[in-house]
Amino acid sequence: MTTVETATGAAKTMVLNMGPQHPSTHGVLRILLELDGENVVTAVPDIGYLHTGIEKSCEAKTYSQAITLTDRIDYLAPLSNNLAYCLAVEKLLGLEVPKRAQYIRVLLTELTRIASHLVWLGTHAIDLGAMSVFLYCFREREEVLNIFEMVSGQRMMTSYFRIGGLALEPPAGWLAPVERFLDMIPGRIDEYEDLLTRNRIWIGRTRGVGYISAEDAVALSMTGPTLRAAGIPYDNRKVFPYSSYNEFDFEIPVRTDSDCYGRYLIRVAEMRESVKIVRQAMAKIPPEGPIRTEAPGIVPPDREKMKTEMEALIYHFKIFTEGFSPPPGETYVTIESPRGELGVFIASDGSPKPLRVHFRAPSFVNLQALPRLVEGRLIADVVACIGTIDIVLGEVDR
Amino acid sequence: MAERAGQEATVVVERLRSWNPRAVESFAEFRGEVTIVIPRELLRDAAERLREDPGLDFNLLSDLTCVDRFPLEPRFELYYQLTSIQRRRKLCLRVRLSGGDPAADSLTSVWPGANWMEREVFDLFGIRFQGHPGLRRILLPDDWEGHPLRKDFPVEGSR
Repeated sequence: MTTVETATGAAKTMVLNMGPQHPSTHGVLRILLELDGENVVTAVPDIGYLHTGIEKSCEAKTYSQAITLTDRIDYLAPLSNNLAYCLAVEKLLGLEVPKRAQYIRVLLTELTRIASHLVWLGTHAIDLGAMSVFLYCFREREEVLNIFEMVSGQRMMTSYFRIGGLALEPPAGWLAPVERFLDMIPGRIDEYEDLLTRNRIWIGRTRGVGYISAEDAVALSMTGPTLRAAGIPYDNRKVFPYSSYNEFDFEIPVRTDSDCYGRYLIRVAEMRESVKIVRQAMAKIPPEGPIRTEAPGIVPPDREKMKTEMEALIYHFKIFTEGFSPPPGETYVTIESPRGELGVFIASDGSPKPLRVHFRAPSFVNLQALPRLVEGRLIADVVACIGTIDIVLGEVDR
Repeated sequence: MAERAGQEATVVVERLRSWNPRAVESFAEFRGEVTIVIPRELLRDAAERLREDPGLDFNLLSDLTCVDRFPLEPRFELYYQLTSIQRRRKLCLRVRLSGGDPAADSLTSVWPGANWMEREVFDLFGIRFQGHPGLRRILLPDDWEGHPLRKDFPVEGSR
């Protein structure tokens, strides 16, 4: 803690180190706060504590191997990362994914959105003093993780989407737990809303806090619920549809208050919309059909074929030893992750390993606006503002 | 899809060329994505044009990244991914930089959101952005040596 004296020597401000070890920074985020009493004069985020060089590691792996790394970027929405990466490689290759796999992808990424928003809501609420919401949200999130475990074998690091489709056929009867979850969650969301939406303390801590104008939000490249709370209906699922999202009927919640309270309502509404999308996906998914596209040399063949056909065996061996080589070129694919626009840039030089893989992490870009949200406000609002932009430090630092 | 992208490319290129005939070095379309190559010295003016021209209206800077084509020259390529929210259009700007002088104009005056993106590229590739308000490392410690995403930096690190 240091005291900074201004040039005139009249007013004194104090520099306070918030984090990197601080429960409400949602990971290891350090913010240098210059305080005048309880008011924040400047805020300087300091990041990089979780930097693991994922983009560099991707360059040393084949296209398929890199999928496991994408889980670890935004560890609250691993399937969204899987999807963005797979879509980018598929675009590079010009691969079309079977409809059945596309619908399953939509279903699981929307469950991811619900799970991620539940973690957001729980942690945001506990940051602002509402303990029980946290416990309830994590209880429901566990149900989603159970579905992921049933489908992919993993609760969190799923790596379930693969280039050209899915890793495995989902187990028989897998839609029954999804159905149970969908029957249960709207009522549970009502319960969270009963606890918070008209709660005077909650409103006092969030309404009018962390305001940013629509113009500033766009200029700072903010995306996701933060941008939509500022009145701009920008959602990749609608504006640049991918994975058959254009066949689904859903709304993009938009508000104009652009404060922490507005963003809370947006995310709650998004969970309800996701429930609608998952229901439609369940109706659309055909009970049988391919989950992977036919692309010899790129997509692993069925086990059955591998054991009976010579070519399939050779392809299988080649895919897992040297990989496959997409044509030289660059693609940039964006999807709507729970946190905003998640982009994957891949440059290929025609070899089996990518020349460059870059993740446009929504948390990283959105965090940039934090000083704009907190400067001039009270130190207690900093906690609300960190929570409201919904950062995952693994994604910020990559 | 590809046809639409091709038409859009012509619109953007024509508008930029009518402003400055040298503005677009070349343009290409790959998998429905339009990429235009801009000369380095015109980057900031062209970016301003792309944002301000009501017929183009690229108001969101989605992403900035760099590719190192070592040992080829010009070694570095900057990729700016632009989005027009109103027109539902995307565009990629590409700028080539030589290995001997890897510097470009900062676009923070056009899109303030470029700030951290440029710091990241500076940190990991060592590209200098002229006119950036505070160009310092962002992901790595301040005393880190080298720029790890360059191709001559080993994957396992240098120490």
